[in-house]
Amino acid sequence: MSDTLIASLVELIRRTSTILPADVVRAVEAAKGTEESGTNAAYALDVIGCNIGLAKDKSQPLCQDTGSILFYVHTPVGYDQIAFEEAAIAAVKQATAKGYLRQNSVDSITGANTGDNVGPGFPDMHFHQWRRDEVEVVLMLKGGGCENVGATYTLPNPKLGGRDLKGVENAILDCVLNAQGQGCGPGILGVGIGGDRVSGMACAKSQLLRALDDTNIDPVLAELEATVVRKANQSGIGPMGFGGKTTLLGCKVGKLNRVPASYFVSISYMCWAFRRQGVVLGADAGITRWLY
Amino acid sequence: MAVIQLQTPLTEAVARSLKVGDTVEITGRLYTGRDAAHHRLHHGEKPPVDLGGAIIYHCGPVMVKEGDRWVCRAAGPTTSSREEPYQWEVMRDHGIRGVIGKGGMGPKTLDGCQKYGCVYLHAIGGAAQVCAERITRVDGVDWMDLGSPEAIWHLWAERFPCIVTMDSHGGSLHKEVLAASTKAIEAMRA
Ligand code: SF4
Repeated sequence: MSDTLIASLVELIRRTSTILPADVVRAVEAAKGTEESGTNAAYALDVIGCNIGLAKDKSQPLCQDTGSILFYVHTPVGYDQIAFEEAAIAAVKQATAKGYLRQNSVDSITGANTGDNVGPGFPDMHFHQWRRDEVEVVLMLKGGGCENVGATYTLPNPKLGGRDLKGVENAILDCVLNAQGQGCGPGILGVGIGGDRVSGMACAKSQLLRALDDTNIDPVLAELEATVVRKANQSGIGPMGFGGKTTLLGCKVGKLNRVPASYFVSISYMCWAFRRQGVVLGADAGITRWLY
Repeated sequence: MAVIQLQTPLTEAVARSLKVGDTVEITGRLYTGRDAAHHRLHHGEKPPVDLGGAIIYHCGPVMVKEGDRWVCRAAGPTTSSREEPYQWEVMRDHGIRGVIGKGGMGPKTLDGCQKYGCVYLHAIGGAAQVCAERITRVDGVDWMDLGSPEAIWHLWAERFPCIVTMDSHGGSLHKEVLAASTKAIEAMRA
């Protein structure tokens, strides 16, 4: 196991847990301008802004729920994934001992906390090979509060509509409505249309890896994304569900093929504390570049 | 926006004077308590501290031991709705006057606030560092066998920022926003 790789991954965890990526900071700043001063919504966004600065300055977790730990790793063909996973586990243990991660991994039956964030499904590893000769590691820390308000819809749905874009749009907005302030909005949605119950949600979550200010290359989905954000922000739910104009900071939609019998709309809700960061590693496993 | 300064323990009169929408800052003792602690209280276990006039904070903090003292590294609110089945009982049986959390709570709690003179204070979800900065001391901990996030931590707060979203007069910002946003979204359906 390479000590350099472990050190790089600890630094990735530290930075992800303590510094909000630039695209998200820009979106929060922009939202501040839209809320009327003196409102509870403006107050919430102010406190959020202060928190972003404090966490960075003190190098401490943005939010105490450091969430589930999701690694998305691209490797050259022939790369030793087992060794990588061992290094990731060692890094997670170190980062937990240093307080960058809360002790967050709990046995689902006994309730026992492993104390080091390691256990079945912790950390969660997603490996992909590519033909490039470099290793890219993206880390997402996804809090429980926002994860709880995610949902999978099955279309047709009597209230929301059929197997078309309208049904999809209504399902997404229904999820936003049900979430209210529970997911620490303003939120960011990752949406997967189609697939099965696993691949659809995996697609939804991987949409959250996109830059917040990118434009979907599929014009139909790009329009859907814009419509969802516009309508959600007219719903009046607002930051923290206090009422106001900023309910979503973004919506990213992907699609997968489905079997004719199924039509899922999978929605992953991410809180404003949208912690994801990535690195490209050099030949010695040192960090050569940050991705967000 | 005028900020109301509160000092714990709260009297019933102070709790009842607060209204939905008030911005407050709390100074004094806060006890953390979340799912496992509420579950224990529900099953009749005696609280390890006197909860009369107290504020319970739905929070699972990140704590680190420095020498022989605990330091709070992050301490934002956790989702309160999980305590909805139990919270009113804690108001009735132990006389708490305030609950801090996020996301709001339901009709049982709102009813409890009215009957027993209590108030729900919404902290800013995810703002763990702002919250941690306003927690200047950790004076003790009970029920550590539940694990650190679930234990009852005795925190000392200085000007801890919250917004009143449920009051003792039947007012709930959550109820209002849910009704208005449901109407708005139904009207915008494609
Ligand atoms: S939903 Fe996000 S911001 Fe809110 S408590 Fe959970 S991790 Fe923190």
